[in-house]
Amino acid sequence: MLEMRKDLFADERDDNLNEVGKGSQRQDMPGHVTARTRFFDDHAFDGLLHLKVVRSPHAHARIRSIDIAAAARAPGVKRVLRGADVPVNKNTLLSLINFGKDDEPTLAVSKVCYKGEPVVAIIADTEAQAHAARKLVRVEYEPLKPVFDVEEALKPGAPVVNETYPGNYFEYHERFDHQKLRFGDVDAAFARADQVVEARYQMSPIEHAPTETNGTIAAPEHNDRYVVHSCAQGLFFSLGTTAKILNLESNRLHFIGGTVGGGFGGKVDSLTEPLAVLGAMLTGRPVRYVLDREEEMLTGSPRGAERIYVKDGVMRDGRIVARHIRSYFDAGAYTRLSSYAAIKCTAHIPGPYSIPNVSSDVYVAYTNRCPSTAMRGFGVTAVDFAIEVHMDRVAEAVNMDPMELRILNAYRDGDMKAHRRVAKNTALIECVQVAAEKAGWPLSDTARRQTSVASGGAGERGQIPATVIDQRGQIGRPDTRTGGPTQTLPAGTTRIALSKEPVMEGARDGRAAPTQVPRYEPAPRHEPARAQPPAYAPQPAPPAPSYQPASPPPAPPAPAPSPAHTQHGAVRFSSVFGTRRR
Amino acid sequence: MALYEGRGMASVNYPIGMNLGGDPSQALIHSNPDGKFTVALSAIDLGQGMKQVSRQIAAETLGVPIEDVYVDTADSDTGPHDMGSFASRGTHRMGNAVIAAAREARGVLLEAAAEELEVSADDLVTDGRGNIHVRGAPSRSITVKATALAAQFKQGRTIAGRGIFLIPLSAVDAETGEMNPNTAFAHACLVADVSVDDETGEVTVLRMTSAYELGRVINPRMVEQQLAGGAWMGISHALYETPEPYYPDPEHGPRDFNEYLMPGPGDIAPYHVTVLERPAPDGPFGGKGPGEMCANPVLPAIANAIYNAVGVRVDELPMTPEKILRGIKANGGVRPQPRRGGPANWR
Amino acid sequence: MAKHPVQFRLNGSDRATFVDGAENLLNTLRRGLGDFAPKYGCGQGTCGVCTVLVDGEPHLSCLTLAVACEGRHVETASGMADGPDFHPLQAAFMDHFAAQCGFCTPGMLTAARALLAKNPNPTRDEVVEAISGNICRCTGYEPIIAAILAAAGSSGARRA
Repeated sequence: MLEMRKDLFADERDDNLNEVGKGSQRQDMPGHVTARTRFFDDHAFDGLLHLKVVRSPHAHARIRSIDIAAAARAPGVKRVLRGADVPVNKNTLLSLINFGKDDEPTLAVSKVCYKGEPVVAIIADTEAQAHAARKLVRVEYEPLKPVFDVEEALKPGAPVVNETYPGNYFEYHERFDHQKLRFGDVDAAFARADQVVEARYQMSPIEHAPTETNGTIAAPEHNDRYVVHSCAQGLFFSLGTTAKILNLESNRLHFIGGTVGGGFGGKVDSLTEPLAVLGAMLTGRPVRYVLDREEEMLTGSPRGAERIYVKDGVMRDGRIVARHIRSYFDAGAYTRLSSYAAIKCTAHIPGPYSIPNVSSDVYVAYTNRCPSTAMRGFGVTAVDFAIEVHMDRVAEAVNMDPMELRILNAYRDGDMKAHRRVAKNTALIECVQVAAEKAGWPLSDTARRQTSVASGGAGERGQIPATVIDQRGQIGRPDTRTGGPTQTLPAGTTRIALSKEPVMEGARDGRAAPTQVPRYEPAPRHEPARAQPPAYAPQPAPPAPSYQPASPPPAPPAPAPSPAHTQHGAVRFSSVFGTRRR
Repeated sequence: MALYEGRGMASVNYPIGMNLGGDPSQALIHSNPDGKFTVALSAIDLGQGMKQVSRQIAAETLGVPIEDVYVDTADSDTGPHDMGSFASRGTHRMGNAVIAAAREARGVLLEAAAEELEVSADDLVTDGRGNIHVRGAPSRSITVKATALAAQFKQGRTIAGRGIFLIPLSAVDAETGEMNPNTAFAHACLVADVSVDDETGEVTVLRMTSAYELGRVINPRMVEQQLAGGAWMGISHALYETPEPYYPDPEHGPRDFNEYLMPGPGDIAPYHVTVLERPAPDGPFGGKGPGEMCANPVLPAIANAIYNAVGVRVDELPMTPEKILRGIKANGGVRPQPRRGGPANWR
Repeated sequence: MAKHPVQFRLNGSDRATFVDGAENLLNTLRRGLGDFAPKYGCGQGTCGVCTVLVDGEPHLSCLTLAVACEGRHVETASGMADGPDFHPLQAAFMDHFAAQCGFCTPGMLTAARALLAKNPNPTRDEVVEAISGNICRCTGYEPIIAAILAAAGSSGARRA
């Protein structure tokens, strides 16, 4: 079913390679077919304990009291954990890249914000004993009014889902209740467009449903460390999160993983690692915490739903002259990664098309449902659904073939994108042409002659237009959501410094001259110690290595921009900055 | 009481890696005294093929056969830091880190060989089969194995390399959304042919035809795996899956695989993919990353095909028989749209 | 809690252990006997990743009581290879790149093995039917179906 078109872009490639480009067998395949591959749960431990979690039956409730006495006395129970037992019981995943405020407890203390939220953890000799003891935990709840609709949640007076974000929206740049994209003047373009096409799209939540559920086995190791067999999609991401929540030095954690039974984004959140390690710390025994299928499905963080409104201004000839997108990410009760997805979505708008006037307002809204997280295509899948169905609507509105409409509006090398960076290495047109040919979908001669590598960036296509901006949607001031424009930025305005572009010198020289990488670290220049010749080697002392890198070492990386948000809460380990900070 | 066929398409691009940088990967490579290399990573293989991709890139850069490279991942004691396997970042970010590490190791390897052959390292090339020889003079050669032995026991060199790839963290403008997102984009166009039963509302995907531009294909068999599996997931997202069927009402959700619907092995559609390779200037050998985007065009292409078949726009996912029947009813019956093109051209 | 002794053959070797009365075969194989080939995926017989053979018949080990296997022959994917040689199904799965994450693979191979033992030359529909209780979230099934059909066509398949 796979066919390679080596003729296309052939002049941009050197295919004279030894191993790259070959369909060689996967390194892990023999292990998979012999069942010798070891996943996190495929490790034997003597004295293994099992951890199970008591979850909230309410979507939104105040916790009045938690009584664990009966559960603690139950057969086989070794330990019962509450929020107070978690050293740093508030976290947000992206604190590891300094983005957002800590907003989520490991075990709920004063209120629960979604059905299935963990409240108490029980560690027992067997899974059956842990299950049985769960029923003995008495939690007294005072139900609160929940909110489930993203647009309802943003209205003034809606129940507050997440007290860290009292407006039920993620706060961007300490200024706005949403992330803006502004490029040109969409309102003026809508006014002069021949037609305006509007529609609303609703992406469903989706469960990752990996065949292997989330889980961890943590065990005391020698030297006062803990070995952690983890299903994490990001090993150090999970290690850093666990170290922060447990207030441990990172080198007391020995994470082992890397072989994961499907993830699709559902194993980024460290759902089980912190409690399993905490259990091992407090019992001195190996602790296994594995979600059962129902927990995985109901509380294992889904792909978040997104509601997307698209409005296009189009000319009779099919040129789209303006696109506005208003979108709502349903984060569920806590932020996890939704704040980041909205940024990724913003960067993706208006899709792979060259449109001279674009704006978007992307909200991350909190609702009383299981927090959503990354899933395959995160931040892009839903908006692609909306944009591409909308393109079909636009094609119909101007009575044009949908393929022809795509090629007419496709971005090309040199075109200015709405986030104010120039497009390069584009190939949408070629994909449309090849798919049309293989599907037997006729294209006009004009469409067949187009190419991504020519005519891009011509005239206005390559320019940043004068741009109308506004101060709509200020934090804590829903009244500002309908304000008018405040300023017009002159054409060509940029405010964000270009990041250092990765350079890949020699990438086309094939294997003999491997590619250059910007952050390449050269070998140290100091002479190696030459003290004593090794006893086993009769030869004279080794000469100093003469190897030097072919190119001078690059300048050190620019310092990271100052944090966008003031950090609250505990001292933390940062896997990005490698420092401890408050 | 009839089946209506329809055809729809969608075209998309996809950003490779975390879009604001702050997104490092590291790799360490060393040789044992027999010239066999170990690549130590903390990258995650969740089925996408991280181990094999890293292995091919390392072997290519080192200039040794693939059998002589083993990828060891992921142990936080031995594998250096990596952000993780998400955002289609693995091949691009880790691939570049592996190249950097392999490049350094290769440099030492050639220096060691140069000392044994009494030539300049600049004049040496590898043949990819385990030999190092003087450029243009294959008879003046030494094996990688003999070189590694000499390096360890005679010369006192570590044939090893370190690599990191980092796009530094970058800010976003609050008022305009200006930013430095990804530098590499993959592309796709997909055509879906469906049939819709106007009595039951059931949709059958008859076939799909796509073209994907993925930069340099590191391993075509694994690309095929991703694209086929991702297309299946796209059909599943489009027509079946949801934990909240009446979203935003949270009730009546599935709890297990009996209730959570996905297509089974009997529900799959024939699929043809054509792959284009426009190398990413900053990708490892020009590679991008197909892992996430492969479901994306399927959803709108099926939606557009359903409209083409019966004239119903289903703007809320998943596109269940109930929604389609309600749409047909609201329209006062099916409204087939003009046919698009002839039969697929790939059998 | 009283434990029950249970003995059965596992991949050709006699094994004995003590189990709780309600313990399932999956847990006994994994935690009791250290055979990690069958996986936990749902615990309710809906995903097939725990599939094993009991006296040649495919069973979902999560729904099979360990004590019910007394004196029987249990086979898992760990025992498929003939010494160092791959079983034809294993070889076909490799050739067809029919595994990605590999988590469903032991159960999938076992379901296929049961099919080929009874029906050495199945049709595509029969293959689909045989694996319809096994969920794969990665591959889209086509390479798995192709691998099983190819293994059936290979000369060694009747050994299954």
